[in-house]
Amino acid sequence: MVPLLIGITIVCFAVMHLAPGSPTDMETQMNPRASADYRERLNAMYDLDKPLYQQYLSWIGKIAVLDLGKSFSPDRRPVARKIIERLPITILINVLSMVLIFVIAIPIGVLSAVYRDSLFDKVTSVFVFVGFAIPTFWLALLLMILFGIDLGWLPISGIRSLNYDYLPPGMVFLDVVKHLILPVTLSAFGGLAGLSRYMRSNMLEVIRQDYIMTARAKGLSERKVIYKHALRNALLPVITILGLSVPGLIGGSVIFESIFAIPGMGQLFYMSVMARDYPVVMGILLIGAVLTLLGNLIADVSYALADPRIRVS
Amino acid sequence: MGTDFWKRFTKNKIALAGSCVVILLFVVSIFAPMIASYDPHEINLKLVLSPPSGSHLCGTDQLGRDVFSRMVWGSRISLKVGFVATGIAILLGAVLGAVAGYYGRWTDAVIMRFVDIMLCFPTFFLILAVIALLEPSIWNIMIIIGLTGWMGITRLVRADFTSLKERDFVLAARAIGASDLRIIFIHILPNAMASVLVAATLGVAGAILTESALSFLGIGVQPPTPSWGNILTAGKDNIDIAWWLSLYPGLAILITVLGYNLLGEGIRDSLDPRLK
Repeated sequence: MVPLLIGITIVCFAVMHLAPGSPTDMETQMNPRASADYRERLNAMYDLDKPLYQQYLSWIGKIAVLDLGKSFSPDRRPVARKIIERLPITILINVLSMVLIFVIAIPIGVLSAVYRDSLFDKVTSVFVFVGFAIPTFWLALLLMILFGIDLGWLPISGIRSLNYDYLPPGMVFLDVVKHLILPVTLSAFGGLAGLSRYMRSNMLEVIRQDYIMTARAKGLSERKVIYKHALRNALLPVITILGLSVPGLIGGSVIFESIFAIPGMGQLFYMSVMARDYPVVMGILLIGAVLTLLGNLIADVSYALADPRIRVS
Repeated sequence: MGTDFWKRFTKNKIALAGSCVVILLFVVSIFAPMIASYDPHEINLKLVLSPPSGSHLCGTDQLGRDVFSRMVWGSRISLKVGFVATGIAILLGAVLGAVAGYYGRWTDAVIMRFVDIMLCFPTFFLILAVIALLEPSIWNIMIIIGLTGWMGITRLVRADFTSLKERDFVLAARAIGASDLRIIFIHILPNAMASVLVAATLGVAGAILTESALSFLGIGVQPPTPSWGNILTAGKDNIDIAWWLSLYPGLAILITVLGYNLLGEGIRDSLDPRLK
């Protein structure tokens, strides 16, 4: 865990320093008033005038107290604060879409395993193949055209309506829900195919085990065998998928947040990349990796809690 | 891989469907100048955003250019990106995986920890961060997609190597004094190529998807060079008036990616029918 964390900071640092040019180039070249003196002060601010190992150590020292430097954008605000105010909406969308993935994909996977080679299994297999191949940003465009423009049911940008401040309390909630439906559905879509496929093969694997035969042999109803004995065992490895899907969801948030104009971390990242606001780019890269690491850690711990066999070994 | 493989492959419907799509794509990209009915760069301001018709099968874009012709030329981009990016990923992944699996001990530990670290970064974030520093050009895109996609292949090749290196043919090769390099590349690697081939086919699909997403966001292939992703950007900008700009390029991406995925799946099933 700790070595991985150190490794992550080294990769972030290397990306910033091994790439051609200096991270402050954009700032100084775009600014005609940047004097030699200013350039030096900027370099000193990022310790670019010191040897590499010293730069790394002082960078790490700052990160340890959550100081990610100041943004290059005109507001010059601390990067950490910029990111923190945008995190909640990104996390909300990701958590909701993860819940959606689990609620839909697990029953699909289980049913297509139990009724293997049935019509349902075949239809979901086609759905899975298409789901793997469909560019989700394209699906987003199509759904925006259908629900947002042709039918006019759902808003297609932002997280609240223009008249948000004048809405009664109940309507405020409904307004946010309406704005979140498309982004959450789409960000869940990418994970649906993968998890339902995974769940199907887990279930097929478990049904073959001896203890299922035992359960059948002692006369349990097929219902009990499948939904009590088999399902619980097939669900176990899904916990690790929870951890593994974090980077994909976070990465996807760049696309959805810029399509739907959602003011989250992904949109901030995209705008910072376009503006070459390097401190913000590095900060979000670091936080994205740390969130992934946390996701994996939570998955490992909950796996150990759920499965006694893991704790023993 | 041998006659058994081909026998199973030609009987596998999934594999054949995938091959058909992939072959079709090659034909379209090779003969793009003949298939495209218009010059993809020809601007016609009289026909701005006109819907699909007999003379413009998929309509025209915001500059009156023929969308069908742009899509045909765009297939060259996705083919190039798919193969070059995957080639880089395979090269890196196979060499690192082979070295880690063959030498074991600390070499293995160092390489595999590096893989773990790289896997912590949301790939799309890493790609965007690097692009922020470089010019967005088709070559840079290919290199970056390749440099961020080798980790899975490293794990696959390493797993094959750790088991293969104990086998008799390797011991025999060592006994007659073959060098490590020779054993790794001539004796073991060909035996590990099966799983790499499957990963590579699926990798091409992934690279095409990533390129289209980058071009869609405006940091991939730059206009006026036509790519499926950047036609979709125009689709987004004209979302309320020109549905055809959004529909057709996405369909092309979907069919292409589906084709490579089916081919990969088909190769996997034909290599080892037990895995099904």
